[in-house]
Amino acid sequence: MSVTSPQPGWWSTPLHREEKIWITIAVLWCVFITLAMPWWHIFGTQNSSQEYYTINPDDYGAVVDKFIEQYTVGEEAGIPVVAPPAGADMFLRAQQWMWDPILKLKKGESYRLHLSSMDTLHAMSIYPINMNFEVVPGWDYVLTLTPTTSGEFNIICNEFCGIGHHSMIGKIYVES
Amino acid sequence: MSSWNYRTCPTTGFKIHDKAETLIQFNAVTSIVFLLVGGIVGLTLALTRWQAVHLLNDEWFYRFLSLHGIAMLVAWIIFFEMAVLYFASAVILNTRLAAPWVGWLQYLLMLGGGALVAVMILTGNADVMFTSYVPLKAHHLYYLGIIVFAVGAILGCVVFFATLIVAKHEKTYTGSLPLVTFGAAAAAIIAIITLSCGAIVFIPTWLWAAGIIPVMDSEVYRLLFWGFGHSSQQINVCAMVSIWYLLGTLTVGAVPVNEKVCRTAFVLYILFINIASEHHLLVDPGLSAAHKSWNTGYFMHLAVLASMIHAFSVPAATEVALRKQGHTRGAFEWLKKAPWGNPAFSSLVLSLIGFGFLGGITGVIYGTEQINIIAHNNLRIPGHFHATVVAGTTMAFMGATWYVLPLIFRRQVVAPGLASLQPWLFGGGMMVFSTAMMFAGGFGVSRRSWDMNGVDGPFQVNFGPIVDLSLAVMGISAVVAALGGALFCLLAVATLLFGKKINA
Repeated sequence: MSVTSPQPGWWSTPLHREEKIWITIAVLWCVFITLAMPWWHIFGTQNSSQEYYTINPDDYGAVVDKFIEQYTVGEEAGIPVVAPPAGADMFLRAQQWMWDPILKLKKGESYRLHLSSMDTLHAMSIYPINMNFEVVPGWDYVLTLTPTTSGEFNIICNEFCGIGHHSMIGKIYVES
Repeated sequence: MSSWNYRTCPTTGFKIHDKAETLIQFNAVTSIVFLLVGGIVGLTLALTRWQAVHLLNDEWFYRFLSLHGIAMLVAWIIFFEMAVLYFASAVILNTRLAAPWVGWLQYLLMLGGGALVAVMILTGNADVMFTSYVPLKAHHLYYLGIIVFAVGAILGCVVFFATLIVAKHEKTYTGSLPLVTFGAAAAAIIAIITLSCGAIVFIPTWLWAAGIIPVMDSEVYRLLFWGFGHSSQQINVCAMVSIWYLLGTLTVGAVPVNEKVCRTAFVLYILFINIASEHHLLVDPGLSAAHKSWNTGYFMHLAVLASMIHAFSVPAATEVALRKQGHTRGAFEWLKKAPWGNPAFSSLVLSLIGFGFLGGITGVIYGTEQINIIAHNNLRIPGHFHATVVAGTTMAFMGATWYVLPLIFRRQVVAPGLASLQPWLFGGGMMVFSTAMMFAGGFGVSRRSWDMNGVDGPFQVNFGPIVDLSLAVMGISAVVAALGGALFCLLAVATLLFGKKINA
């Protein structure tokens, strides 16, 4: 009974055959999935970035402004549209409650995407491919991004950032 | 020992200390009150996320979401766990509760802290969600409320351990602790670790909100918060697994197949689950991939191993017990002849399936470094934890209540027919609810969002008919689960007020 003390000698009671089989399978499975994670990290192509720096939000804002000034090609819904050259460092700014600028990228080219927040936590969810990264104030998070499909993508904020959270939607264009 | 009042339970033969009994009653009733509040609020949230209904406005949606998290994940579960701790120590060990006045202090602090937090949220002073990530700032009394609540819970653990010492000293049991008490002890140890983490994160946050500390780092907060936020769910897991063993024994007379294996599994929880909390930070800056893989890989899977062991051990013990009752024909006669009409038994089975298959497996998958990229902060995550914490833990606690009512409150459950229906409504509803949520999350619908289409935003997002269907299924199953939850609260209260008294 689980509500009474076990019989003396419970520690040396041998395991049943079925129990041994189950525990062996469970251990092997745990070893397998534990090894799968680094294996996937090394041989897979989708990993979260390991590149990050600390940065003061005001300094980050200044870098974003300079980036926008340099590469602006238009404006949409009051937000500047920028088209940085392939391989460039791109700076996306998250703040209550907008993403700016709008990025215009080329399919198959690689870019270095910097993410940081001016105020609270935010998170970038790229719709419809459903990839998600945390955006943290004080931290510059650098992702190497290579768009493989062309079209229009939205950036949905999926970390609660105050009452206007749901209206925080940005945009990325990928041209072929 | 004559200065303490005991009665002997006619059903179980336990010697029950009156003061332990009163404390169990108060904690259990309070937990059900919070369950009721959190449940009503939860239903309005589901009916808002069901985009076709969209019940609440944005302000009240976020406010109720904060309240729902605190009322359910913190108040309902921890109050019930206090009742479980007092039961697993004083009642099961046939002893007196050590220092009942500390138990009352536990109760009052938790009640005061919980009420303060609820008031702060409802008055609009803490629209920060359960996670209260800095630099979102709530009124400093919100954080104080959580600290006071946590201090109360620590005191409950202290009373539990002191009672174990009293029982050992006064020799009210011989040999090793019973398994249920051992599991409760594992839960209490994890609670102490978790609540210490909570102190490390909430005390500076409180001072920061009060203007004493100038700045807090968001990422450091996230790391420390999840040492509290996720580990506290492991208290639930330990308490729930203990309840599984308890229900196995009470419903069909199950005996643990191998005590050594079951107990080792509990120790694995204690050792490894805290570190595994870092799976919340898999797509964050600030931690290296090696660090993330190590903590969420090797360490997490040792804790998962513990759950795999219980997943064998609990059904195996149940099968053995039912076969001993003579249900030996074929491979499955024992399953067919199981006491399905007993709500505690069906709760046990549903809790096992909900926690293990839906919640546990999805948790391990989403906790992988790479897969987390497509799961982080979308509806997959609340889908996962509604399966673990609601279809699993809450279902198990509800199942235990069908025994708490006759054994501790000494009242016969009213309307046993309705009671036997309750687990199917609640557990079945929650399982469909969780699955529908995870399905919608797979399309990128984010959690904690009042409007997934980006109304009021510069751009709109159109998720399409599959997501609309998933959210409709989610909403309807939430209504079914809420009916099950309401039925539970109704039957519990009706039993307390009108149930036939059982005399010792």
